[in-house]
Amino acid sequence: MASTAEPILQVSGLVKHYPLTRGIVFRKQVGAVKAVDGVDFALGKGETLGIVGESGCGKSTVAKMLVNLERPTAGEIRFKGEDITKLSGKALKAVRRNIQMVFQDPYTSLNPRMTVGDIIGEPYDIHPEVAPKGDRRRKVQDLLDVVGLNPEYINRYPHQFSGGQRQRIGIARGLALRPEVIVADEPVSALDVSVQAQVINLMDRLQGEFDLSYVFIAHDLSIVRHISDRVGVMYLGRIVEIGKDAEIYDHPTHPYTQALLSAVPVPDPEAREHRERIILTGDVPSPTNIPSGCRFRTRCWKAQERCALEVPALAVPAEFRLTTGPTAHDSACHFAEEKQVVPPEDPSDDLAKGRE
Amino acid sequence: MLLEVRDLQVEFRTRDGVAKAVNGVTYGVDAGETLAVLGESGSGKSVTAQAVMGILDIPPGRITGGEILFQGRGLLKLKEEERRRIRGAEMAMIFQDALSSLNPVLSVGDQLGEMFVVHRGMSRKDARTKAVELMDRVRIPAAKERVRDYPHQFSGGMRQRIMIAMAMALEPALIIADEPTTALDVTVQAQVMELLAELRREYHMGLILITHDLGVVADVADRIAVMYAGRIVESAPVHDIYKAPAHPYTRGLLESIPRLDQKGQELYAIKGLPPNLMDIPPGCAFHPRCPMARDVCRTDVPPLYEVDEDRGSACHFWRECLHGLDG
Repeated sequence: MASTAEPILQVSGLVKHYPLTRGIVFRKQVGAVKAVDGVDFALGKGETLGIVGESGCGKSTVAKMLVNLERPTAGEIRFKGEDITKLSGKALKAVRRNIQMVFQDPYTSLNPRMTVGDIIGEPYDIHPEVAPKGDRRRKVQDLLDVVGLNPEYINRYPHQFSGGQRQRIGIARGLALRPEVIVADEPVSALDVSVQAQVINLMDRLQGEFDLSYVFIAHDLSIVRHISDRVGVMYLGRIVEIGKDAEIYDHPTHPYTQALLSAVPVPDPEAREHRERIILTGDVPSPTNIPSGCRFRTRCWKAQERCALEVPALAVPAEFRLTTGPTAHDSACHFAEEKQVVPPEDPSDDLAKGRE
Repeated sequence: MLLEVRDLQVEFRTRDGVAKAVNGVTYGVDAGETLAVLGESGSGKSVTAQAVMGILDIPPGRITGGEILFQGRGLLKLKEEERRRIRGAEMAMIFQDALSSLNPVLSVGDQLGEMFVVHRGMSRKDARTKAVELMDRVRIPAAKERVRDYPHQFSGGMRQRIMIAMAMALEPALIIADEPTTALDVTVQAQVMELLAELRREYHMGLILITHDLGVVADVADRIAVMYAGRIVESAPVHDIYKAPAHPYTRGLLESIPRLDQKGQELYAIKGLPPNLMDIPPGCAFHPRCPMARDVCRTDVPPLYEVDEDRGSACHFWRECLHGLDG
């Protein structure tokens, strides 16, 4: 569970703008794709922070910046108090060892010409201090065993494995350097339903075994709830609501979160009668041309004049500030109010209780 | 019955051997009914639909047995010429990926109008008017101005609406939607499903919804057919299947999805992997992954047992599966 001590990762004011230019000889900037536009969050040690949002909301760009695959335009990412965006050379290399990534697509993120042993062992070439040369083969076999693959598969190639097994290889590679933080960008969305559960359970188990902190990025709200301690909801490059999983799922106060939750199909035909569905009109605006004030106002049923003028801050809304209940969490809306959209659990449902 | 598929068998001949994609599928849809065909990749759900539409790649595909009856006519005996007349006019299909299913160099108005020019012999001008009408009907804003736009100028949700408009154009009796919302975001997914359900009611069409998502299906389907390794393993009205599945595979699927309304400890996971279609296990194809498997499952292929009047399960031990976890 989350500790309130110093966070292992602290992100503040994170911004990534991709310039749009015109002209070949005289290049001039005519605008910018504001992929990430001011994101703040903290990740506690041993905690899982889920980040959800629709395509184009900037969640993957955040992931890339966390592992330093993209340089932020502005803002800070502090790993144990040290701002990693300013680092270079040796210091950067040392930090990178501690923050590793698991990618979405296990079909394209593994080199087809390398054996599984080489793929998982490659991080050791870059950080030889972790595993001395003679010891590597054994280390890789240990990792295969840890992620539930037969250690004898070390000389096989990626195409000889199924999607779920490949994702296990990706996870083993992420674990090779014994990092403290793992950033997982949609790690199960390319997998079949019956295999998804296997990989989620594996990630759950590894977290305890290796004392990992996760940033878990996904568009599937049910999966995110299952694995996360805290959840942040992103819309057009910003976090609009963040809090503990029960605060977000059972007591959402931001209209976008409410709409998103109400749109998730629940595998229970009985539930459709008791459920209110909020169907948003229109599409997400372009990140090159973000609406003034609140960026969600163009699709919001509550929008008023104030929403076009003032940018709502991500903080506990005034009306909940004095309460201590689950509604008192950060929500960037001028007119935040609680609305329950996920039906309460039905105790008579046998399947819901799962298998004992 | 509007459409009846009887004991359909399809195989693909490849260099490595014969892949048995569909091994005796039987299902039916009535007018005004929504049948959801549920299955993971490789279960044969899309191949069955392609055989119904007559768009299977032959070769390498080959229909080796069974019948497809559409409004009483045996489709497999018809000539290609006759099937082409049925396709589009009487049955239509919506695909998962609208961007790659639409022609990028033709305006959406031209593509929608083409349906009327080819099948109804309309003039281009009349067809254009029809196209605008259709775009209005699937609620594309400013249809009149946008009819000249190209597919890349529309968002994902709008493109899927255009696909639906195209399928609806000639008011077919049957629509097959293959993962129509898988590529879309949740908020847009809800809009598109709503639209499909509404159009189905309005025109009293039969709808076959092919999906892997148990959630999407719960909201719109009347009946569900669950497929595994090219066979239907369970077929039932939607309420029954979610309340008490009669096949261990269906139950495993239901239990393995995390739910929005609760935070579980460990997810139930179906062990193992879906079978290789070139080497389907003998007996019940699910037995290597089944927690209830016994000797008989390894040798005897289970028929679709009648569980109820309108419910079937291809499990030798469906009674135990249905009545309690302890059984």
